[in-house]
Amino acid sequence: MTIEEKQQEIIDDFAIYDDWMDKYEYIIELGKDLPLIDESKKTNDRLIEGCQSRVWVASEFNNGKMHFTADSDAIITKGIIALLIRVLDGESPENIAKTDLYFIPAIGLQEHLSPTRANGLLSMVKRLKIAALEVLK
Amino acid sequence: MTTQEKITFNVEEIRKQFPALHREVYGKPFIYFDNGATSQKPQIVIDTINRYYTSENANIHRGVHFLSQQATDAYEEARRIVQQFIHAKHEHEVIFTKGTTDGINLVATCFGELLTAGDEIMISGMEHHSNIVPWQMLCERKKLTLKVIPVLDNGELDLEAFQQLLSEKTKLVAVTHISNTLGTINPVKWMIDQAHAAGAKVLIDGAQSIQHMPINVQELDCDFYVFSSHKVFGPTGTGVLYGKEAILNAMPPYQGGGDMIEKVTFEKTTYNELPFKFEAGTPHIIGGIATGTALRYLSSLDQEAIHAHETDLLNFAQEQLLKIEGVRIIGTAREKTSVVSFVVDGIHPFDIGTLLDKQGIAVRTGHHCTQPLMDRFGIPGTVRASFAFYNTKEEVETFIQALNRSIGMLR
Ligand SMILES: Cc1ncc(COP(=O)(O)O)c(C=O)c1O
Repeated sequence: MTIEEKQQEIIDDFAIYDDWMDKYEYIIELGKDLPLIDESKKTNDRLIEGCQSRVWVASEFNNGKMHFTADSDAIITKGIIALLIRVLDGESPENIAKTDLYFIPAIGLQEHLSPTRANGLLSMVKRLKIAALEVLK
Repeated sequence: MTTQEKITFNVEEIRKQFPALHREVYGKPFIYFDNGATSQKPQIVIDTINRYYTSENANIHRGVHFLSQQATDAYEEARRIVQQFIHAKHEHEVIFTKGTTDGINLVATCFGELLTAGDEIMISGMEHHSNIVPWQMLCERKKLTLKVIPVLDNGELDLEAFQQLLSEKTKLVAVTHISNTLGTINPVKWMIDQAHAAGAKVLIDGAQSIQHMPINVQELDCDFYVFSSHKVFGPTGTGVLYGKEAILNAMPPYQGGGDMIEKVTFEKTTYNELPFKFEAGTPHIIGGIATGTALRYLSSLDQEAIHAHETDLLNFAQEQLLKIEGVRIIGTAREKTSVVSFVVDGIHPFDIGTLLDKQGIAVRTGHHCTQPLMDRFGIPGTVRASFAFYNTKEEVETFIQALNRSIGMLR
């Protein structure tokens, strides 16, 4: 699947929910499938400190593709990270660096990426892209 | 104003005055429990602001024309309303500021100018960052020492420690009247007396007390009292610094500019008298005027009934919360205002806040700008519900149901 197809798939998945609580129920479920970062890798340099919840991400580059693992102390944040990783994992650094994550506003989660939302997600997206750019250097 | 008949308290009638309470969010009736952050505005305040910009707008203190005079009168009338509301001795002891933060920074800068290396400033462990950082900056600038009154497990101040920390070196005690995070009402009258006996001045952060209790700065005998209009049903961008005349006169001005001067020449500028000495530049005119409107509105209500209603909401909410497994209330002081902070075992406050939001309920989650206090309790943050007199018991019931549902999803 291309990045576009993966994003479209998520948009379709969310289209069946018109109640916000159902959407969040689903996000919470997704958080349980998040490829968890190794406890030993939860170091300060992999920590993204939001004002409220904390996020750790680790990236790896193998055979031309990027792979991510992550964790957060908040479950909803975990669910949203799981979505991001579902889209970006296994992609080339070029793709990751240039991709527009339009599925987030499309499924109504843009508030979580606003700079005022204190959950570190915006910084996390930046971190994923920086990881990709560093491989490209 | 004071002789005006008090309207009997009826929460449904009061709610009609606050248009924002009648909206929906995410298709759900809106429940606003974030009053500690800011209050909603009554129609009369909204109307005052509208009318001003529609037909009364002019600059103040400088025009010869009709509207300028009218605006100046309204602004100065608002100052008198504030004076009466907080029972200041003089009108010119009321300085309009941008808010609590601005008032504290003004005092830190200008009162701070009177201090010398080795002097001590005392704050408490439950202060808002606004009442911490300006003092840290001052201490750094003037080589002063910052002392911190510890907080007890129940969220009260350790008053014995306070007494021990007081000395002839203490020049200023800056404490909050009510903790925005815990709801603790501090015994400020007693603390002010103790501080004065040691020769220290006292600043009271009234950001959370102005809307919840009668304030009499002369009875308290505080040297400074600061608050923000937006937390007391007025607009953002305006606040008040009350200071005793003698101290304000002894302090150098804050910012330079128009209004604060008496005479300007390139050789020497002389400063205007109080309160203008501390009000450089065109102020937030309608902010000041609407602050007066808000305080007048609040004064028209039956204060005792409001207090009883807010206490009922607090007690009911706390009772219901404690019935939920895993809920721990942070802040169990004997004297509390209508604020309840809590944590739920194993669940991040952010998750609860997000799910409550989706059910139409606005609470605050996080550290509430009191990070040292969160560290004191060893928690990353809390969920905080803060009630105003326009909230209802039914809203608290809905909130408890929504909280139960959220916890069910998150466990
Ligand atoms: C106790 C306390 N002090 C200071 C402030 C700062 O007020 P403002 O942001 O209006 O200046 C607040 C507001 O949250 C507060 O609750």
